[in-house]
Amino acid sequence: MNAVPLRESRVLRWTIAVLGLVLVLSIVQELARPETTDLISAGTAGSTLRRAVPILLAGLGGIWAERAGVVNIGLEGMMILGTWFGAWGALEFGPWWGILIGITGGAAGGLLHAVATVGFGVDHIISGVAINILAPGITRFLSREIFATQSGGGITQSPRVESVGHADVPFLSGGDLFGWSSPDLFDWISNRGWFLVSDLFKVLSGATSNVSWATLLALALVPATVFILWRTPFGLRVRACGEHPVAADSLGVNVYRMKYAAVVISGGLAGFGGAFIAIEQTGIYRESQTQGRGFIGLATVIFGNWRPLGAFLGSILFGFADALQLRDRTAVHALLLLAGVAVGLAALWSLRRRQPAGSIVLLLISALILWWYSVTDSVMGELPPVTPHIATLLVLVFATGRLRMPAADGMRYRKGQE
Amino acid sequence: MKGSRILMALAAPVSAFVFSILISSVVLITVGTNPLEAWSEMLSFGIRLETLIETSNRATPLYLAGIAVAIGFRMNLFNIGVEGQYTIAALLAASAGAAVSLPAPMHVLLIMVVAIAVGSMFSGVAGYLKVTRGVHEVISTIMLNAIALSMVGYLMRTWLADPDDTTLNLKTREIAESGRFPNLNDFLQTFTRDIKGGRELDGFLIIAVIVGVVFHLYLTRTRSGYDLRITGLNPFAAEASGVDPKATVVKAMLLSGAVAGLIGMPEILGQDFKYDLSFTKGLGFAGIAVALIGRNHPAGIAIGALFFGWLDSAAPILDVRGDAPREIVSILQGVVVLSAVVAYEVVSRIRRTLEARDTASATVEPAAAIKETAETGQ
Repeated sequence: MNAVPLRESRVLRWTIAVLGLVLVLSIVQELARPETTDLISAGTAGSTLRRAVPILLAGLGGIWAERAGVVNIGLEGMMILGTWFGAWGALEFGPWWGILIGITGGAAGGLLHAVATVGFGVDHIISGVAINILAPGITRFLSREIFATQSGGGITQSPRVESVGHADVPFLSGGDLFGWSSPDLFDWISNRGWFLVSDLFKVLSGATSNVSWATLLALALVPATVFILWRTPFGLRVRACGEHPVAADSLGVNVYRMKYAAVVISGGLAGFGGAFIAIEQTGIYRESQTQGRGFIGLATVIFGNWRPLGAFLGSILFGFADALQLRDRTAVHALLLLAGVAVGLAALWSLRRRQPAGSIVLLLISALILWWYSVTDSVMGELPPVTPHIATLLVLVFATGRLRMPAADGMRYRKGQE
Repeated sequence: MKGSRILMALAAPVSAFVFSILISSVVLITVGTNPLEAWSEMLSFGIRLETLIETSNRATPLYLAGIAVAIGFRMNLFNIGVEGQYTIAALLAASAGAAVSLPAPMHVLLIMVVAIAVGSMFSGVAGYLKVTRGVHEVISTIMLNAIALSMVGYLMRTWLADPDDTTLNLKTREIAESGRFPNLNDFLQTFTRDIKGGRELDGFLIIAVIVGVVFHLYLTRTRSGYDLRITGLNPFAAEASGVDPKATVVKAMLLSGAVAGLIGMPEILGQDFKYDLSFTKGLGFAGIAVALIGRNHPAGIAIGALFFGWLDSAAPILDVRGDAPREIVSILQGVVVLSAVVAYEVVSRIRRTLEARDTASATVEPAAAIKETAETGQ
């Protein structure tokens, strides 16, 4: 009986958080107006989503592994396997097969990690690092063997890859339904010019128009992960292994099998992320095209407090920084304003939580960022790509008390231990 | 006992080596090449003097990277950030070296001191955050890696780039003659034939050896090193015996970053005399691999570094002859690392079981004997 109001309040909190974000974004957009109009636009929203998906998938992968108690630094390596196998599969059999084969490639990396950490009891970080070293070696060799002999391919890249289909969502963004073009509701509202409401629908319209089916699939994995991990017996067992494997074992849970399953799923998700980069984002396999997104995914796990929705929000934030950088350099400068406001709000929040020292530091940082915004006209291009990393460090420094990772995360488990 | 212990210690790396050769051979067979031919080709090319010099030159920075990682590993600290630390250290040290002119030994020393300072400053941040805010060093060093590399990109593009340079390859100004490290060719040629192809044996090899020896002496012969080691083995026992765990964490991170700062030095001081876009990347991660293979022991890391260095220098012959793809070496390296960590784990578990059995029999037998005498005495 208790569960219903709790869930309602969580949904309410998330809705308020998202609306608040759009509100802040709208205000900042108004303040920065002649300089840029890209802060809140359909184009930016669509691009943000495309950029966020691989990070989200890596983040979900991280959550699966860590909820089962296995730290997965190897996400980056599994993602690399996903890019190569995804591109290869797409070339050989078509884009959907590419996604599937990319997932398989990542899952194979996950299996390797599981064999080392769960089977042999190797330290999780060490095994993950070893996989990150092994994966580029494998893809380099395979590219040399396979892509180098094809036209347009080479040792470090594949020929062009076809992407999976794109579509507008019916009714919401005027997609076709059985040959009949439905009304474009979001676009209509976003053109009304209502403050906040129009902005919100501009974002929704961008996120639902010309969207890849693979993106929709990836987004569907967020509620799917929530459902499986928190609403099914299997999920409960997996999480029990991450919290207290000895207790789980005493209740008859096969801890090894649960951990194996979770880490293989984790690798598969990272592989999907890699395949998405190769097939959907760039349309080509290129060496080291993951650019450390596996690590950023790991950051979203922490950022989101080991919860799928949190990781989703983190990936959207990081995807936004990424998308803005690519679309509009001047918008990045306006992003400073946004960051200044955001840190300022964090300062108020930590004052409310009676942490005066933290709030003073945050206030200083906020003032510094706003001062920087006011005295400069542009910002160096190197900054936006590292905002995720800086943000993660800040979150870890200022919100450690609020984060709670699974109790047995990263610990070696042997059956029969005390 | 001693003999069997050495045998045990060798069992893991040797089996990992054999296993990875097997896997790579299978891979070569599946792509239709003869593995025996490939290996023997690499061997015969690999024992040429020039290849061995190249091996040493590649192994030198790898060894330093391995030591940097191992300092952390010895007390269960994972400094994943060596990559960022050495890159930004090399850039700033090269720029500082180009900005000043000093007499030769002082000039080289200054560059090295700058590199050490920058490297340890970056790793120190991770150490500081760990002890004050409880931020796990794996995450903070990964994040600091990205931050350091983007700082390098920014500084290269703006303040530290050579203003007289008109090419697209950004570089810092060149370091004067006095700030360069001599090579060891003359020394080497007194023992061997003349070196062909303009190859130079990097003099920084000496520094790497010194670092390895000092690392070993520090761990085994000093109080501070002992503290560091026991904190890694048993933090609770260490704390109970009066070791300050926080200070030890910061110390280990600072030392690790200091050695990391030196990784780029062979290239800056001995080969390029400047930092440019072609500066070698990935040595930090390769250093982790080498430290894992070498089990964080200075001699083991040396073997690991030489092995990786040799593989990289001998592999190009495969492409020249066209019998096998040289990329097989990167698979071999990856498999060696993964199988080595698994093998060490398995061997240490076997050893623990054996030790437990030894202890059990040693304690049970006298007890039984006493009981027996007591019984017969009755």
